[in-house]
Amino acid sequence: MDITRLVSTHRKLLLGGFLILILIFLATFPLYAKAYDVRVLTFILIYVVLAAGWAMFSGTTGYMSLAPAAFFGLGIYAMAILQHNLPFPLIIAIGGALSFAFAVLVGLVTLRLKGMYFAIFTFGLVVFMTEIVQYMETRLTGKHGQSIIPIDIETLFYIMVGVAVATVLVTYLIRRSRWGLAMLGIGGNEEAAEHMGVNTTRVKVFTFAVSSAFMGAAGVVAAPVLIYVNSNIAFSLYYSFLPIFMAILGGMGTAYGPVIGAVILGYLDTTLRSQLFNYFYLGFGTIMVLIIVFLPSGITGLVPLVQERIAKLTAKSRKGGQGQQHANT
Amino acid sequence: MRILEGRGVTKYFEGLRAVFDVDFHVDQGEIMGLIGPNGAGKTTLFNLVSGALPLSSGEIRFKGQKISGLRPHQICRMGISRTFQETKVFGNMPVFQNVLVGAFFGSPSGISGPDATREATQALEFVGLAAMGATPINDLTLVNQKRVEVARALATRPEMLLLDELMAGLTPTEVGEAMELVTRMREKGITILMVEHVMRAIMGISERVMVLHHGEKIADGTCNEISCDKRVIDVYLGEETHAGS
Repeated sequence: MDITRLVSTHRKLLLGGFLILILIFLATFPLYAKAYDVRVLTFILIYVVLAAGWAMFSGTTGYMSLAPAAFFGLGIYAMAILQHNLPFPLIIAIGGALSFAFAVLVGLVTLRLKGMYFAIFTFGLVVFMTEIVQYMETRLTGKHGQSIIPIDIETLFYIMVGVAVATVLVTYLIRRSRWGLAMLGIGGNEEAAEHMGVNTTRVKVFTFAVSSAFMGAAGVVAAPVLIYVNSNIAFSLYYSFLPIFMAILGGMGTAYGPVIGAVILGYLDTTLRSQLFNYFYLGFGTIMVLIIVFLPSGITGLVPLVQERIAKLTAKSRKGGQGQQHANT
Repeated sequence: MRILEGRGVTKYFEGLRAVFDVDFHVDQGEIMGLIGPNGAGKTTLFNLVSGALPLSSGEIRFKGQKISGLRPHQICRMGISRTFQETKVFGNMPVFQNVLVGAFFGSPSGISGPDATREATQALEFVGLAAMGATPINDLTLVNQKRVEVARALATRPEMLLLDELMAGLTPTEVGEAMELVTRMREKGITILMVEHVMRAIMGISERVMVLHHGEKIADGTCNEISCDKRVIDVYLGEETHAGS
């Protein structure tokens, strides 16, 4: 029996089984893992949300947003301010809603900017948020930074699993829908999309807001993991750039590409960065350059290439086998 | 019946008079040609009709309703679709998905998935590219990309179609095929306004022709009237064409 044929005919079943295995792994992980490892995986999941959320908007429409840190930080500060007054799940919802509303506002003003100008604006937005939050914080509370009441890491882990699964699921559903087709159209040629009846402003602003809502919710959950936050930590541009690198590394052609990138880079970031600080960035930079030059469609871009290679090989071996039969008869 | 009507249509680009005080109309079911030298304002007029550019003054009406001031997607949903002089296809999608965008978003009311697929399939068949649905659009020749643009516009189920230099750069055989395609679209009941430099095509299939020069309308009438008009010969056609016709 041909293995490649088996894989191609039962593709959906295999994929479903694989997803269930991942979910079982995530659900049981805190039962046998050390608290430190649960913390590492929680952080990886935060990156999954940021990378998948970023790709949801920028990967399809081609609008390069450097704003993830602004919405992530907004979520962190929502938690910092509201932690004593409201229950945790409600703050997560508020963090998401706040980011959504803020993104609608930002989107309506800036999404008419094209290309580099949009990227620069969103970059500026993060810097602006850092400064304004720091200013307001020192004015109102007289100190810089807030400590967050710790919540046990298992609870945070499970909530983060929920947020991450929701983000990836929504990304997947959007990609399959006509809304996703409209986004691709905007990425392909915005003027043509608008002329073919796509309300480009609405599609862009709404998608930008949805992706930001997930980032905001992730920020709320991330706050207790960080324990202490100030505006420089919460609105660190690192949270803008790293998810982009993750999405590029994994590949933006599919919904799962950014997830793969986030898992790989997220793992390296949380484990190696603290130990091999300088070497980490050196290796990281080199790998990024190589990926962009040689594999612009990312790791998932390899899948069709490998499939093609396998198909060619099997076709060749089958031909060879037939030739032998002929020789025997 | 007048399906499209413009009154005093004017467009300035920072002091440059691109289109000035143009009155025009297109009758339902006809093929109308729009000709003129390079820079005469033909594409600008198209962009004003399709909503890509706002008017400086004047107004444009479609089936009696004012459309100047609306956004392109709204105008598209009212029933005016277009192609572009420099092809604007969705380079990140296969041929079929390009057409599917038009099918999904071009109609005024919502359309179901299967209906949109059917609409897109029919449009691709109509332009003779049914077999190429899965091909990446950038692998197509320019001629075929232009056909995909026509199919994409058709998939929005337009009542009126603006064709911007559909035949530029085509071989004589391809021009013949394109003329046949335009005629078939008219037979479907679609009104057509086309910018074209290929005189054989314009004179061959359009009922009426409008001539722009330096942004102003200098003539409008049947092909015969136009090809004998002194001003049109001077600025655009030249003596030989006149002698030949």
